[in-house]
Amino acid sequence: MTLDAKIPAGDLDKKWEKYKSTIPLVNPANKRSLEIVVVGSGLAGAAAAASLAEMGYKVKVFCFQDSPRRAHSIAAQGGINAAKNYQNDGDSVYRLFYDTIKGGDYRAREANVHRLAEVSGSIIDQCVAQGVPLAREYGGMLSNRSFGGTQVQRTFYAAGQTGQQLLLGAYSALQRQVGLGNVELFARHEMLEVVTIDGKARGIIARNLINGELERHFGHAVLLCTGGYGNVFYLSTNAMGSNVTAAWKAHKKGAFFGNPCYTQIHPTCIPVSGDHQSKLTLMSESLRNDGRIWVPKKKEDCVAIREGKKKAIDIAEDDRDYYLERRYPAFGNLVPRDVASRAAKERCDAGFGINKTGEAVYLDFASNMKYKYGKQEALVKGIQNPTEEQLHALGKAVVKEKYGNLFDMYKQITGEDPYEMPMMIYPAVHYTMGGVWVDYNLMTTVPGLYALGEANFSDHGANRLGASALMQGLADGYFVIPYTIGAYLSNEIRTKAIPTSHEAFVSAENEVKERINKFFSIKGTKSVDHFHKRLGKIMWDKCGMARNDAGLKQAIEDIRALQKDFWANVRVTGEANEFNPELEKAGRVADFLELGELMCIDALNRVESCGGHFREESAETEGEQEGEAKRNDKDFMYVAAWEYKAPNTFELHKEELKYEVIKISQRSYK
Amino acid sequence: MSGNMNLTLKVWRQKNAEQKGELVTYPVANISPDMSFLEMFDVLNEQLITEGKEPVAFDHDCREGICGMCSMHINGRAHGPNNGVTTCQLHMRSFNDGDTIVVEPWRAAAFPVVKDLVVDRSSFDRIIAKGGYISVNTGNAQDANNLPVPKVDADKAFEAAACIGCGACVATCKNASAMLFVSAKVSQLALLPQGKVEATERVQNMVRQMDLEGFGNCTNTGACEVECPKGKIILFSENFFSEMRRNFFLK
Repeated sequence: MTLDAKIPAGDLDKKWEKYKSTIPLVNPANKRSLEIVVVGSGLAGAAAAASLAEMGYKVKVFCFQDSPRRAHSIAAQGGINAAKNYQNDGDSVYRLFYDTIKGGDYRAREANVHRLAEVSGSIIDQCVAQGVPLAREYGGMLSNRSFGGTQVQRTFYAAGQTGQQLLLGAYSALQRQVGLGNVELFARHEMLEVVTIDGKARGIIARNLINGELERHFGHAVLLCTGGYGNVFYLSTNAMGSNVTAAWKAHKKGAFFGNPCYTQIHPTCIPVSGDHQSKLTLMSESLRNDGRIWVPKKKEDCVAIREGKKKAIDIAEDDRDYYLERRYPAFGNLVPRDVASRAAKERCDAGFGINKTGEAVYLDFASNMKYKYGKQEALVKGIQNPTEEQLHALGKAVVKEKYGNLFDMYKQITGEDPYEMPMMIYPAVHYTMGGVWVDYNLMTTVPGLYALGEANFSDHGANRLGASALMQGLADGYFVIPYTIGAYLSNEIRTKAIPTSHEAFVSAENEVKERINKFFSIKGTKSVDHFHKRLGKIMWDKCGMARNDAGLKQAIEDIRALQKDFWANVRVTGEANEFNPELEKAGRVADFLELGELMCIDALNRVESCGGHFREESAETEGEQEGEAKRNDKDFMYVAAWEYKAPNTFELHKEELKYEVIKISQRSYK
Repeated sequence: MSGNMNLTLKVWRQKNAEQKGELVTYPVANISPDMSFLEMFDVLNEQLITEGKEPVAFDHDCREGICGMCSMHINGRAHGPNNGVTTCQLHMRSFNDGDTIVVEPWRAAAFPVVKDLVVDRSSFDRIIAKGGYISVNTGNAQDANNLPVPKVDADKAFEAAACIGCGACVATCKNASAMLFVSAKVSQLALLPQGKVEATERVQNMVRQMDLEGFGNCTNTGACEVECPKGKIILFSENFFSEMRRNFFLK
């Protein structure tokens, strides 16, 4: 099978505009008899469901939380990019497109990314019209800030709660359609199987999480908007419930999985404090606008700090190593996430970490608080010759307004006050660029089955730039799928709703039932979490920021052994026909165990350092770039799309990436 | 580790919506002060599973205080003893060795118990579905900066929009009123020019649904303000209430 990305012909900047007006339409009367199943209610899912319902389709929405408003998009903090050029700093659709491709280390599809940049402005318009309270200047205009990997200010935000506000906007649009009877909502439902008939996706099997009943739902098309799979690492910034199950079921039913090893390790998270830890918390990248990252220059200072004999403020300015500013003067603290994460790891591995575990660096606001904001405020308020304390107090008020909720959160978790002491941060798993392979229409390799948002692989290449995830989720949901789904559904207007008594539904339901029974039949001795933690450790150690051939081979072996152990010794308490969180977890971890194996297989195959991943065998050995990641365009300029063949057997298909407009170069932020 | 605690938990156990529940006592040992309250519950559940007992069901998801899913009534207070935090952000350093901690679900007629500490808050979704939105379809929007909004109004709308829909306000209100939840959404939208258009209709439809769901009336005790984990709402709640009432009687 050859992969066809179905990229429209023509000039890159005209493709989408031209294609949009050639996609067949579905007339309003026919839309009413076409049913669409949307799984997931985050930015992509809620936006798609609301938009499709407004257009007249019959929509069903499923989410495992108690309300669609809880989807994990809500936790995104920093912002959303859009090529509005409101700051008049030279931004344009082309620049946003270019930055995203470059940021992704030349492993994303040009046409998709250009379309993303084109519709980015409309997203902001739409959200503001919905009443999303984005930050504003005193003149009443929208405010912007900078994010990593860019040199313009194109990020729109709502304090540190941008994801929450955007999601609540999409959620209210969705609830409006629920109220109007155009969307049927199924909260506390988890999709456990895709139903295919004659090769096309025709519905899902979902488990009602309250009473445990299995339900069959038909759809002319099925949209997976189920987010990423970062929880395969156990500790990540994802919500506890975030999982790969829907995507993995689709994968096993024929949907190829693209670039599974592409995960994003976010540089600014609160470090791990102990074995009890259940999740990691992000401190928004926007903090790098005003925070400077450093470790002490002298190892003895690091040791003294670790032993509690010294504090950050005891280290003189000259004894601090602002290592990002030193290594990357052009971008400084605003280098992309992958670069910042690797640099932190490099310092800590070299023995310069500053907490008990030796895995933390400082993110320090003191100088900007005093000398940037403090001075500014002093001028505004007409305070002559302000004292250091005055500057600190004045600057603190400004920082509080910008990042208050993040600082509060940090204090809650660590018990330390970041206004007085620098934050301690360390990289953590945050986002997965890989996902279900989709074509330009966002359709997977299973006709009628789509993947949107983080669940697909398409737009971020090997590394995602900050403030691009919200943009992509909403772009897919509001402005892409409402058009592209027409290409498929216009041929389905003669397909009557298939009764769920169809044998395909029956056999899919039986598969689900058997698996659930299997979980209860094992009656082992170890909890689901026990296996999840062990899997996470393997993944983080061997398939995290740095990887090598031997480690990955070992990881694959270890995971296969862990799979066997799981299916022999897991203990799932309770019963199938009741509210049972342990059963839910068991299903998710079983899928993570299979996905983890594929991620390592993919990572093993990609013998190059690229974006978020440093392949130890592939580094620059000389010149200005010594020690930096070395990409291998000759052998690896492709999307690795994996086909599921049988348990533990996956076949690689390659989608070559062709760059028509962008000139490929080594990524340099120096 | 030094400073670890031994605690006694009294936890509400209820098999499902139909059966009667009761408080069950569990000891937990060696709890680190750096754990979150929910991580302490993870320890309890791991312990129960090892003993072959059924773990306690509780709602939680993001564990960073923003999704609004966690919902424990701890020692008689929604989200526990500290102001301005959700249960997931409550850390064990707020407790002392030897403490007895009573943990119950939200209690309100409009939030029936599903199991143990899990309640059904879909009534909130139904209220939003009756008007908690601006009626604008995808693709209808004008350029975002064509509609300047004074910073003061935008900031106030943002404070109102900080609501995470956790239901602590309802759980703590002696009338189980949803006034803070509804007025926050009403105010957010009414404060913005794009939301003013349908302000009156919105508030009337939302209030009708709020009554239908079985939420009580507001008697201005202000208890909701105290327990709201998104503290900023507190500062404005009186304005939100009056904003809501003004819009309600506008016609």
